[in-house]
Amino acid sequence: MNRRDALARVGLLLGGTIIGAEAFLSGCTNAPEKKIGGAGTNFSTDDIAFFDEVAETILPATDTPGAKDAKVGQFMAIIVKDCYTEADQKVFIAGIQKLNDACKQKNNGKSFMDCTPEERTKLLIDLDKEQKDYTAKKKKDDPAHYFRMMKELTLWGYFTSEPGATKALRYVAVPGKYEGCIDYKKGDKAWATS
Amino acid sequence: MNTYDAIVIGSGISGGWAAKELTEKGLTTLMLERGPYYEHIKDYKTANLDPWDFVHRGKVTQQEKKDRPYIARTWGATEAVIDSWTKDVDCPYTEVKPFNWWRSYRLGGRSILWGRQSYRWSDHDFEANAKDGWAIDWPIRYKDIEPWYDHVERFAGVCGSKEGLAQLPDGQFLPPMEMNCVEKDVAARIKEHYKGRRNMIIGRCANLTAPIPGRTQCQFRNRCWEGCPFGGYFSTQSSTLPAALATGKLTVRPYSIVMRLLYDKDKKRATGVEVLDAETNKTYTFYSKIVFVNASALNSAWILMNSATDVWPGGLGSSSGELGHNIMDHHYNLGAAGVMEGYEDKYVYGRRANGIYIVRFANLFGDKRDYLRGFGYQGSASREGWQRDVAEMSVGVGLKESLSEPGQWTMGITGFGELLPYHDNKITLDKEKKDKWGLPVLSMDAEIKNNEKKMRKDMVAEGVAMLEAAGIKKVHSWDNGHPVGDGIHEMGSARMGRDPKTSVLNKHNQVWDALNVFVTDGACMTSAACQNPSLTYMALTARAADFAVTELKKGNI
Repeated sequence: MNRRDALARVGLLLGGTIIGAEAFLSGCTNAPEKKIGGAGTNFSTDDIAFFDEVAETILPATDTPGAKDAKVGQFMAIIVKDCYTEADQKVFIAGIQKLNDACKQKNNGKSFMDCTPEERTKLLIDLDKEQKDYTAKKKKDDPAHYFRMMKELTLWGYFTSEPGATKALRYVAVPGKYEGCIDYKKGDKAWATS
Repeated sequence: MNTYDAIVIGSGISGGWAAKELTEKGLTTLMLERGPYYEHIKDYKTANLDPWDFVHRGKVTQQEKKDRPYIARTWGATEAVIDSWTKDVDCPYTEVKPFNWWRSYRLGGRSILWGRQSYRWSDHDFEANAKDGWAIDWPIRYKDIEPWYDHVERFAGVCGSKEGLAQLPDGQFLPPMEMNCVEKDVAARIKEHYKGRRNMIIGRCANLTAPIPGRTQCQFRNRCWEGCPFGGYFSTQSSTLPAALATGKLTVRPYSIVMRLLYDKDKKRATGVEVLDAETNKTYTFYSKIVFVNASALNSAWILMNSATDVWPGGLGSSSGELGHNIMDHHYNLGAAGVMEGYEDKYVYGRRANGIYIVRFANLFGDKRDYLRGFGYQGSASREGWQRDVAEMSVGVGLKESLSEPGQWTMGITGFGELLPYHDNKITLDKEKKDKWGLPVLSMDAEIKNNEKKMRKDMVAEGVAMLEAAGIKKVHSWDNGHPVGDGIHEMGSARMGRDPKTSVLNKHNQVWDALNVFVTDGACMTSAACQNPSLTYMALTARAADFAVTELKKGNI
């Protein structure tokens, strides 16, 4: 990481700013919120199992490990508790209920955990469309969409995990040299770190 | 023992150089560092961790942001290095105008964290104030500093390409790093489009592209600022400190906050320093024949402002009325970026801790703009990673497979502009507010003005124009404004000059009112140029140390 990379890479996810990191890029002078680890952020094992299944639906196991293998559920719980602002925590926590409500409406009262992988995928495709529409229209200071948070945390948690970085991507701890122009063919994996 | 030949205040880039040069010339030297000891390799706690070893995968927590509210505004607030930054709540400052002050109070200072970009100045820079009739003239020219650039480059290890550019002199370079294929293409197209008048070159940086004694070459991990277990880049710890310690003449005292220089008004000389121990709150005095003040631009001024106040209420060096004034920085937080088509069959290996540099062209060689001075750009081309959005993919197998492959090539550049010295861009002591140790804090009152604002418009426009001329598509640009200090190139608080009435330091970095006190960090700068300044601090420090020892031997100080 360095200054050249900073604005281009860090803090940018899904073509936007990492949730909770707005101040990070704007250089604004707002003091961070006072309260830390707001109500409801001590997530239960059931919560984490739910996050795991949402994450697995976003990034499923294929010939490489899925989000559940990468313990993305636990990662989500840690980030929301330690790094999210209180306002973002509220959105995220309310999102658990909202996701289940949307699920029940579409699947004859079945909760997300009771749904088949196909039903889950179908639901999350709808929610992803919803969050994309919302994000495109939202004003700068409006809160992020809860499903955008979940998707972002999934990608971030997975591709920085050991299974994600070393199996879905390629990781070399000590490259030892730099080559600026090597051949690439479709299907070759991306580097995990830059 | 409390008496030494020399005292060096600070252990960062310039303090490390002062200690090395003075001890190698035979002086017993005390190096005072206000923070804790930070040992080479052993204390680089995160340097060998893998990404998944970081609990928050790079992000800082809300608690860490609370402890470091200033650094939390910046891109410096990341999990790996958050502890490297000063705990801001212990050391507040007053912002008359918004000011981002990046501080690292521990051995090595910001030499561990720096960006390592290393560029020489030319006479276009040293003559700029005189030619423009702005502020005061530099008391030195390129020929005065040239041999010292040679000296520090050879020891520090700076890689780069020889380009023969008058505005960016070549140096004693290690082999250059390589541009990637997109960068090579862009560089060639810029050269052609602007008929050789604009140059995009590989960055010159203090990373080793070949081993030098005691240090391994860069391993292309691109995580320098966590500290390099290979000693692959220049820092106090990897370079100047081992050399100084090898003489047997260096004593390092951590947790030593220098409160003031002791001043003998009859002899007009400093006699030593008064130190507050940051751990015990006890005070100590140390004596020496000469003092090098290398506490970082703003803190060096703070020390002077707190010294000899019985003689000058504004402190030692304030007789000119310029101490604490003329605060400069490089203004940035703007740039342009876009997409390069083609090259889908090319990629890179390794993580290059360096980028490209577009050399200054504005207001040079007959070019005329509606503002003074100029700017350069840093940047790079790269293929997008998993962070990108894949618009057509939603969730599931397709998304995962897409993101497991690299995305399109993008190229981005960030401008770095010269900020003029203005007398009313200043820092003062705020005696109402105290830090953790009960010491008065600095009050920051500096801003970019019309010249910089005009330049910024041009920097954005030229950035877009160059990328478009180079075939980059979908070019977008940004200008997020610039609070002074955010360039991390603070300068000018105790400027050099030819006249004690208008400057704090003379041409050898001596305080006019105390010739055995030398200030050789960013405080001494008379103008800012647009090149990254650390290499110039190194060269000025080595030059001043050589002069100091000569003068000592002659009995002149």
